[in-house]
Amino acid sequence: MLSYALKRLLGAVPTLFFIITAAFFLMRVAPGGPFDQERTLEPSVMANLNATFGLDRPLHEQYLMYLGNLARGDMGPSFVYRDFKVHELLGSGLPVSIQLGLSALLLAFIVGATLGCVAALRQNSWVDYLVISVATFGITVPNFVVAPVLALIFAVWLDLLPAGGWQNWSPEHMLLPVVTLALPQVAVVARLIRGAMIEALRSDHVRTARAYGLPTRRIVIYHALRAASLPAVTYLGPAAAALLTGSIVVEQIFGIPGIGRYFVQGALNRDYTLVMGTVIIVAVFVVLFNLLVDLAYAALDPRVCYD
Amino acid sequence: MAPIFKLTDMHVRFDTPDGEVHAVCGTSMHVDPGETVAVVGESGSGKSQIMMAAMGLLSSNGRAQGSARFRNQELLGLSPRKLNQLRGKKITMIFQEPMTSLDPLYRIGDQLIEPMIEHEGLSARRARARALELLKLVMIPEPERKLRAYPHELSGGQRQRVMIAMALSGDPDLLIADEPTTALDVTIQAEILALLAQLQKKLGMAILFITHDLTIVEAFADRVYVMRKGAVMEEGPVTRIFADPQHAYTKMLLAAEPHGRKDPVPSAPVLLQADGVRVTFTRSKGLFGHDELCAVDGLDIQLREGQTIGIVGESGSGKSTFGRALLQMLPSEGTVVFQGARISGLDRSAMRKHRKALQMVFQDPYGSLSPRMTVGEIITEGLLVHQPELSGRDREARAAEALKAVGLEANMRNRFPHEFSGGQRQRIAIARAVILRPKVVVLDEPTSALDRSVQAQVIELLRDLQREFGLSYIFISHDLAVVRALSDTVIVMKEGKVVEQGPVDRIFDAPQSAYTRELIEAAFRLNTVLDRAAARA
Repeated sequence: MLSYALKRLLGAVPTLFFIITAAFFLMRVAPGGPFDQERTLEPSVMANLNATFGLDRPLHEQYLMYLGNLARGDMGPSFVYRDFKVHELLGSGLPVSIQLGLSALLLAFIVGATLGCVAALRQNSWVDYLVISVATFGITVPNFVVAPVLALIFAVWLDLLPAGGWQNWSPEHMLLPVVTLALPQVAVVARLIRGAMIEALRSDHVRTARAYGLPTRRIVIYHALRAASLPAVTYLGPAAAALLTGSIVVEQIFGIPGIGRYFVQGALNRDYTLVMGTVIIVAVFVVLFNLLVDLAYAALDPRVCYD
Repeated sequence: MAPIFKLTDMHVRFDTPDGEVHAVCGTSMHVDPGETVAVVGESGSGKSQIMMAAMGLLSSNGRAQGSARFRNQELLGLSPRKLNQLRGKKITMIFQEPMTSLDPLYRIGDQLIEPMIEHEGLSARRARARALELLKLVMIPEPERKLRAYPHELSGGQRQRVMIAMALSGDPDLLIADEPTTALDVTIQAEILALLAQLQKKLGMAILFITHDLTIVEAFADRVYVMRKGAVMEEGPVTRIFADPQHAYTKMLLAAEPHGRKDPVPSAPVLLQADGVRVTFTRSKGLFGHDELCAVDGLDIQLREGQTIGIVGESGSGKSTFGRALLQMLPSEGTVVFQGARISGLDRSAMRKHRKALQMVFQDPYGSLSPRMTVGEIITEGLLVHQPELSGRDREARAAEALKAVGLEANMRNRFPHEFSGGQRQRIAIARAVILRPKVVVLDEPTSALDRSVQAQVIELLRDLQREFGLSYIFISHDLAVVRALSDTVIVMKEGKVVEQGPVDRIFDAPQSAYTRELIEAAFRLNTVLDRAAARA
């Protein structure tokens, strides 16, 4: 298993290299540059800026330079937040985004799995229909609606929680953004678990367990849920990569210093290095979580074995 | 003696989207202590559902009515708690699918101790010691290691032994066995039945055996209920029912056992000749390594016009793989010559012109017909490829003719496969092959998924078609009775190799190898096998 994980990590290196290369050149193909503004700059100022950031050199030289710096852990200066290096920006925002994302992920799995199980056990009853409706609602209502409504209810009307701001690991600051982030995931997980659970409860080995007089709770948790969690785990891998890299909407509305906002700002400003930084972060997370999903598969199902 | 298990006027109904299905209609039966009772019936007879109903195991759309008493306790309507004190302890069950009736995610040991801990409050340690004893009792090789194994690491027969061990753990008064050997090879089936007979003698529980197989009923049971469409047709001691069946359905079932022999063909020219056919599969292993699995190891055959070669063997013997290799459906070594032309090594497009004459029918009549095409489209698809010059009207006419040849109605060609029963679907699959007027048809277990009475009809059909169109068959099956009824010569395969081959009567009347003798005994003389096992107990 360990050698498999190592092999997969090694295999990720060319993948990442390809992504970095593609992103680098695609960025440059897009029209405009980091210093294009509404008011055109003096050509001499422009030339100066370009020279300072090395943008006057041939593209392949810039590319090699970028790779060289990256190998030393330097993602280069941001073109827009000029006092900061990109890795400093990402380094300060990432822990915040990870805190939010992990909490949302955990919440989504626990609440989603519970709802899914309950719905499956009461298939086609009002409980089931209620869960499905709530799930559909959770998927369809966008977070830029959910977030302000939550803030309005819990911060303004009830005055229970702050409407925004951030402190590390402070539950009251985390609650609203985490719930906002988790809601659509809860819905998806509940639906996935419900479907897989219905199938698992009909399976032959569950019939065996019932025929051998095991109590329902044990059958559901021990024999059905473990098998039924596989599709949800598959879904949660890529979902985790998305959650942990932050959300611009939630960060903007609750005033959270995560990295989600850099995606949009970087792209709009043609902040080449910042965009590259965010691309790398997402790519690493996707690779990592896909590996974790595969390892989780092996842990959950002994028939899956990697040599 | 009061019966320990008594079903009275049982009804089972299912709510389905197409309305209510009445699966069991007012059936009564009983089992006395220590008795072996068989319930025999074809698919859809309700023989399994009546037991599921009694045990509270119906699916959520099912409802049971009537009375099911175990000793003096009514099971229907019993609280789950009370029911769970009986299930898995006093009444235990074994199911048909040894592959799926154990939880694939947990070790054998953990699954065996679960009911013991639940029912008897044993400590995990004590339960594990008892589990080991039970595995020894059911004679599993390396019982200590098997405790730590997962179900997928065991063979089908071993898994069924594990199920039996589980069934014995609570020292039951009644063991309900629902087709426990149907998914197993005949020799394994004989072993499992012998084990059950031995254990029953030793432990004295009653066995209720649900099966479709009359051979097992005759060898294994004291008394039998014959069920059809949810009702008991006939009931009585096995010896009486087999010697003197009263009900027309029982008579029909008994008559449906494959019988007769193929008329020998006068020496005809060789149509298909294969020499040294070898099929190997490579499996990757470790980082760079791989090992080779030889599925078929150097087979020769010579198929003459109008002849049938039967290939028998148990699962994993390579018989199906050989059938496919013959028709160049998977890469193989060796030479195959069809009507004087070498077809081995031909690529797809070069092979296409021979395909018309070389057809195949598969085992699963459910999976091998596309659910989204009409029967007419399915059976005429080959014509589009091989006889594109035919007009739509010609194809329609050919489809009607082919359907008639397999005993279906011409106007059925506008319907979809799901509207047909298993036997009818297999007829459709055969129509798809014969519409091209082939020379050779490879039949890969064409009757194995069918009930005996339907099987008898399909065998009759295959015989008629052979006579009418002068077809040659390669008939692949694990079912010796069917092979005997249809073949001129027989090849017995095991682990990719030929164990024995020869004319059908010589193989069945005077088998030379020990393996063939064992197969024949397990298939036709189950009584002897069970008597011997009982004598050992």
